[in-house]
Amino acid sequence: MKNNVLIAGAGPAGLEASAALQRLGYNVILIERSETIGGHLARWDRLFPDGESASAALDSLIEGIWGVKCFTDTEITSANRLGKSFNVILSNGIIVHADAVLMTTGFDLFEASKKEEYGYGIYDHVITNADLEAFFRNGSDPRINNPSRIGFVHCVGSRDEKAGCRSCSKVCCATAVKQACEMRQAFPNSQVYCFYMDLRLFGRHYEDMYLSAQRDYGVRFIRGRVAEVSENLDGSLMIKAEDTVASAPLKVSLDLLVLMAGMRPSVSGARIGSLLGLQSEDDGYFRVMDGILDAQRSTVPGLFLAGAATGPKTLPETLADARAAAVEIDKYLSVTFPEAKDFKQLMRKGW
Amino acid sequence: MIYEGKQKIWSEYQKEIPDDHYFYVRSCIRQSFFPASEATFLEITRNRLGKDIFETEHHTTCGGIAYHSDAIPQETAMTIIARQFGLMHKYGYENYVCSCITSFGLYCETLETWRQFPELAAKIADILWKTCKLEFAKPRFIVHASDLIYHYRNEIAAMARHRLVNVHTGEPLKVVEHIGCHYSKMFPSKGVGGAEYPYVLAGMIEAWGGQVVDYPERRHCCGFGFRQYFIKANRGYSLSNTYKKFESMEPYHPDMIITNCPGCPYFMDRWQYVIAEETGKTYGENGHGIPVFTYEEVAGLVLGYDPWDLGLQTHQIGPEPVLDKMGIKYDPSRKYLGLKGKDLGMPVCPGCIK
Repeated sequence: MKNNVLIAGAGPAGLEASAALQRLGYNVILIERSETIGGHLARWDRLFPDGESASAALDSLIEGIWGVKCFTDTEITSANRLGKSFNVILSNGIIVHADAVLMTTGFDLFEASKKEEYGYGIYDHVITNADLEAFFRNGSDPRINNPSRIGFVHCVGSRDEKAGCRSCSKVCCATAVKQACEMRQAFPNSQVYCFYMDLRLFGRHYEDMYLSAQRDYGVRFIRGRVAEVSENLDGSLMIKAEDTVASAPLKVSLDLLVLMAGMRPSVSGARIGSLLGLQSEDDGYFRVMDGILDAQRSTVPGLFLAGAATGPKTLPETLADARAAAVEIDKYLSVTFPEAKDFKQLMRKGW
Repeated sequence: MIYEGKQKIWSEYQKEIPDDHYFYVRSCIRQSFFPASEATFLEITRNRLGKDIFETEHHTTCGGIAYHSDAIPQETAMTIIARQFGLMHKYGYENYVCSCITSFGLYCETLETWRQFPELAAKIADILWKTCKLEFAKPRFIVHASDLIYHYRNEIAAMARHRLVNVHTGEPLKVVEHIGCHYSKMFPSKGVGGAEYPYVLAGMIEAWGGQVVDYPERRHCCGFGFRQYFIKANRGYSLSNTYKKFESMEPYHPDMIITNCPGCPYFMDRWQYVIAEETGKTYGENGHGIPVFTYEEVAGLVLGYDPWDLGLQTHQIGPEPVLDKMGIKYDPSRKYLGLKGKDLGMPVCPGCIK
C-alpha cells in the first residue's frame, strides 16, 4: 500500500517536493489555493544572478510532477489526527487520509502601501518589485512611461521594526540589483539609483552581478533610507533620503520609484498551520524542530515544512529545502509505516 | 495622484471624537499671535452649535514650550499635565480638548508614557495630591480643537454664508493645508487621517468647497521648531524651512493657507515679510503674500463673521484677496478698530509685500 502525502502549496517548493516524493513511490496529493500553480515564480520574469527565464524554470518544475494529483483553487477546511495519520477535508469535498503533510505555503509579499511615506497606491509612479516583474513579462504598465530617472528602495517591509518586520527578506537586494540592470537595458538613457541600508548579496555570482551593475550599467548605490516621497506638479516624484556615506541629506526628482517589497509569512499558510497545530515563531514563520539539524521537521510528528514557510529563502535554497523535506518524509514514513517499505522497494527497483 | 488611495488611508485613521461636553484648555501663545481664534472656537461651538465647552481660568500652560526647549524635564511637564487633567476631573468632565498642537502631542506622549510605565503615573499622582490636592485622572477622550471643528465641519457647511469658492469664477479656492508637526507625526493613530496624509484640515477644506493643494514639501515643518527659533543664532534654519515650503507650493498658485498649530500660521505669515524684504519675492498675486489662516478663522469666515472681529487685521499678510474671492463684504475703515470701536492705531505697512 502506498502512503499518502499531502502537500499544501504548489509553488516551487511544493512542486519540487511533489516530484521527489512521487519518484520515491508515494501517492502525492498537491493542493493550491489559487487558480494556477507556480506561486510567486509564475509572476516573475527573470531570475538572479544570471537572468534565467522564470517561466522556463517553472515549466521544468511542472514537468516533474507528472502523475501527481494536483488540485488548484482548493484549500484545507479542516484537519484532525487519526492514529499516526491525518484526516484532512479539502474545500472541494475530497477527504484525504494523509500519512504525512508537507507545508509549502510560501510567503506573502509585504503590502507596500503600509509604508505610507513611500506613497504606493497614492502616487502614480510608485510601483513594487512585483509590478516591475509584471511589466517585464507583459511589456506594458501605464505607470512606466519611458522613465529617465529611476529609484529602487531596498528593505520595504524588511528589517523594519516600525512596520513589524524585523527579519531580512534575503532576496530583495539581489532582485533590486537585477532589476536595476534590466531597467538600464530597457531604458538605456536612464539613470538608476538604489537606496539601501546594507547590501546583502552573498551567493555565487552575486558579487559579479553587483559589480556589473556599477561598472556596466552605471547604477548608483546610495547608502541611506528614503524618508519620504511626494509628487511634483508634473507628476514626477520628489524623494528625500539620507546619503550616509556623504553624511548629507539628499533630494532627488524621479520618474519612477520601485519599492522592494519584502517577504512576509503567508496569511493563508498560518490559517492552515493553526488547523494542523503548527507553531510559529515571533517573526510569524513556522517553527522547525531544529534550525540546523532538523530544519524540515515541524514540532508535530508527521508534519513537515519546506521553502519560505520557514523563513525567507532564495529559489535555489527553496528547491534544495524541498528535496531535503522529501528525504525527511521518506525517512519518517519508512519508520512509522514499515509495512509500506516492501512496496516502495519494489517501485524503486522498477526505475 | 490617486485620490482613492488617500481615501483608503483616511478610512484607516478615523479617531473617535465625542460630540459634546468638553473641558477646554487654551494655548500659551495663540492669544498673542491670533487673538480672536480661540474666542471664535468658543463662539462657534457654544453659541452656534450649542455645545458644552467648559473652561476655567485656573488652567495653565501644559509645560510643552519649556519641555521642547529642554528647559524642564519630562516629569515636570507630566506633573503640570496631571494638574490640568485633575482640574478636568474636578469639574466633572472626561473629554479634553486643547487649542495647542504641541500640547496635544505632549498629552498623547504623557498618556502613552503612563500606560507603559504605570509606576511613573503613580509617582506623578502622588506629587499631584501633595502639591495641589487634586485627584489624578486621565481623560477618556483627548482631541485637538481642530479635530472638533473637523467633527462639526458638515454642520458648519450647512450653516455657511460663504464657501471656499471664488465667486467670480465659480472655481474652488486652492488651499494649502499645513498640519502642526506634533499633531500626528509622533502618534499617527491619534490624528484624523494619520501622519503622512492627515485629513483633519483637508476634510474641512473639502466640506467647505475648497480644493486641497498637495505640494512636495507639504509635510515639511513650518520653521518654528522651538530651538530653531528660540535660539536666536538658529533663526536662519527657521526661515529657510519656511522659504523651502513657499518655493515648493509656489507653482500651484494657492489662494490661501490653513493651519492648525499655534506656531505655524505665525511663522508662515510673518516670514513671508522677511523673505520679501530680503529677496524681493512675494508668493501671492500683485505683490501680495499668500494669506495664512487658523482653522477657526476660516470657520468664522465661512459662517459669516466679520473679518475684523475674527482678528484678521493682526495678520502680516492682508487677507483681502481671499475675502474678495469669497465674496465677503468688509469695511476697510474698521480694519484697525478693536473691541467697542477702540482705535488700535494704523501699523506701518512694509512696502515690499501686501
